[in-house]
Amino acid sequence: MTMLLEVSELRKTFPARTGLFGNVIDRVHAVDGISFSIAEGRTLGLVGESGCGKSTVGRAVLRLIEPSSGSVRFEGSDITHLPPKQLRALRRRMQIVFQDPYSSLNPRQRAGDIVAEPLMVHGIADAAQRRETAESLFAKVGLQPRQMSLYPHQFSGGQRQRISIARALALGPRFIVADEPVSALDVSVQAQVINLLMDLQAQDGLSYLFISHNLAVVEHVSHDVAVMYLGRIVEHTDKATIFARPLHPYTQALMAAVPVADPAIRRDKKHVMGDVPSPINRPPGCHFHPRCPLVQDRCRTEEPALREVQPGHRVACHLA
Amino acid sequence: MAAVLEVAGLTTVFHTRTGVVRAVQDVSFSVEAGETLAIVGESGCGKTMTALSLMRLIPTPPGQITAGTVRLAGTDLLGLSEAGMRKMRGSQIAMIFQEPMTALNPLLTIGRQIAEMVSLHENISRRAANARAVEMLQQVRIPAPERRAREYPHQMSGGMRQRAMIAMALACRPKVLIADEPTTALDVTIQAQVLDLIDDLRRELGTAVVLITHDLGVVAEVADRMIVMYAGRKVEDGRTKDLFADPCHPYLQGLLASVPRFGAAEGARLRDIPGIVPPLHDLPHGCAFAPRCACAVGACRDTVPPLEPKRPGHTAACWVT
Repeated sequence: MTMLLEVSELRKTFPARTGLFGNVIDRVHAVDGISFSIAEGRTLGLVGESGCGKSTVGRAVLRLIEPSSGSVRFEGSDITHLPPKQLRALRRRMQIVFQDPYSSLNPRQRAGDIVAEPLMVHGIADAAQRRETAESLFAKVGLQPRQMSLYPHQFSGGQRQRISIARALALGPRFIVADEPVSALDVSVQAQVINLLMDLQAQDGLSYLFISHNLAVVEHVSHDVAVMYLGRIVEHTDKATIFARPLHPYTQALMAAVPVADPAIRRDKKHVMGDVPSPINRPPGCHFHPRCPLVQDRCRTEEPALREVQPGHRVACHLA
Repeated sequence: MAAVLEVAGLTTVFHTRTGVVRAVQDVSFSVEAGETLAIVGESGCGKTMTALSLMRLIPTPPGQITAGTVRLAGTDLLGLSEAGMRKMRGSQIAMIFQEPMTALNPLLTIGRQIAEMVSLHENISRRAANARAVEMLQQVRIPAPERRAREYPHQMSGGMRQRAMIAMALACRPKVLIADEPTTALDVTIQAQVLDLIDDLRRELGTAVVLITHDLGVVAEVADRMIVMYAGRKVEDGRTKDLFADPCHPYLQGLLASVPRFGAAEGARLRDIPGIVPPLHDLPHGCAFAPRCACAVGACRDTVPPLEPKRPGHTAACWVT
């Protein structure tokens, strides 16, 4: 299998500022040395709770924010230090769809122009061809070409997300970061958008980095799943394995906490206690140890490495 | 057991420039003490407007409750004066919201806010009210409650703030707690903790809980009974178990089929519901769901279907099923 995207030891820290003069008091370790790869036509689901760094990963991979260290290889070449001009050319190959279709579309632009804008920015095609491309993109994502002259507020949430997807597809990318693309949508509409993303992958062989906090959605769309906690991947393997036999206590806790839409199955009430600690002041050793039901002495001091416990199944836990 | 809250024919409209928006139309339900009733539906279905109508918190104008009764332990809340209603809110019927940060006063400590609520309804000293605040924080399992009582909302995490909201809502032992999407803004591990907390307190205190949510998973976990709303109307009503096992209305059938579930086949498509919810100021003549419904027949487009029993203890509004 050829790897489309290879991320190695990616790190991103942000300065934490305080006080009148914004002195840097500390650093937020948003992403702390994570590695993964995504093959052509595959989806990696990146799961975690708020503040775990999953969105930062998505942005750093596309270099919408600059990684602090580590490397990102796309289609075989290192893009970590690509100068801006070449980076722009690369944007044709990798795109992003954001969570909120209300704030990611310009309210004063017509839907057709929003979708055609990437073509204009990249100087591809003349006005007539752009219009034609936009029309076919509208049809592709399940919108009517006659809706091209409408403004974003005239669309529903699900339709707006279709516009965002059409815009991301305009330049014919190979790879799309989908950052919580269905979290703002109602469940019946969410299903429409998930089906669309999966159809597009089947047609065009797109690869996705699918970022979500919703485990059931991730299970539905992904081939592989990586679970993040406080900036690190704690477990990473194929979908079937991780859902059938999760090994990290955090993955297990996450799955136990998801409400199941079936009243016949009532959860057992063994939930992890406490809150996610601050990414500025992370617990020493295993970051999960203060909430872990299986905690042992070494977990408090020794950081577990992400190691392969079985072929293709990586876990960062001393007990796995 | 007798119902503690009985809602009958509740109708709430908003007068807007685009016309009359029928947010809640002819909604009836009842909740018993110690029972959890879920009101389920997607954005704009009227579930929050139903809750705000029960609390009489509908902004008037433009909103107006035009019909119906809301009986709380025998008293019709809609017939009370504003002063009378103020006495009921908090002491008899309380509400918690999705985003606790917007419902808490950022300038007052958590303890002070809870104490204020207690002294509003009960004739007790300030010291006793403060003690009650700490006691409530302890009851919602906030660690170090004395210290937390002296903190401001911004010093707490989202889950902690929601616990504080629950402490405040239950401080005067109301008979009914309305929880409007109480865990939607929370992470899933924190959501599980808060749902457990509400459930435990319901059992300990015998509070009737009206849980408003769009999340069918949450409903399945905690609700004894549920009602499903679509475009301002109740379309299905019954025990949670029965409605999940055997949904009668095509809308609930579609909703249940569109939820992604663990263990689905590789590459399986989700069943979606085509189209979108109609705007409430421009509802179709017949069943509001007819334009999206695969089973719709002629009658569906002409007349609104009445709610009728389809199975024992299970009603739905549909001409077809």
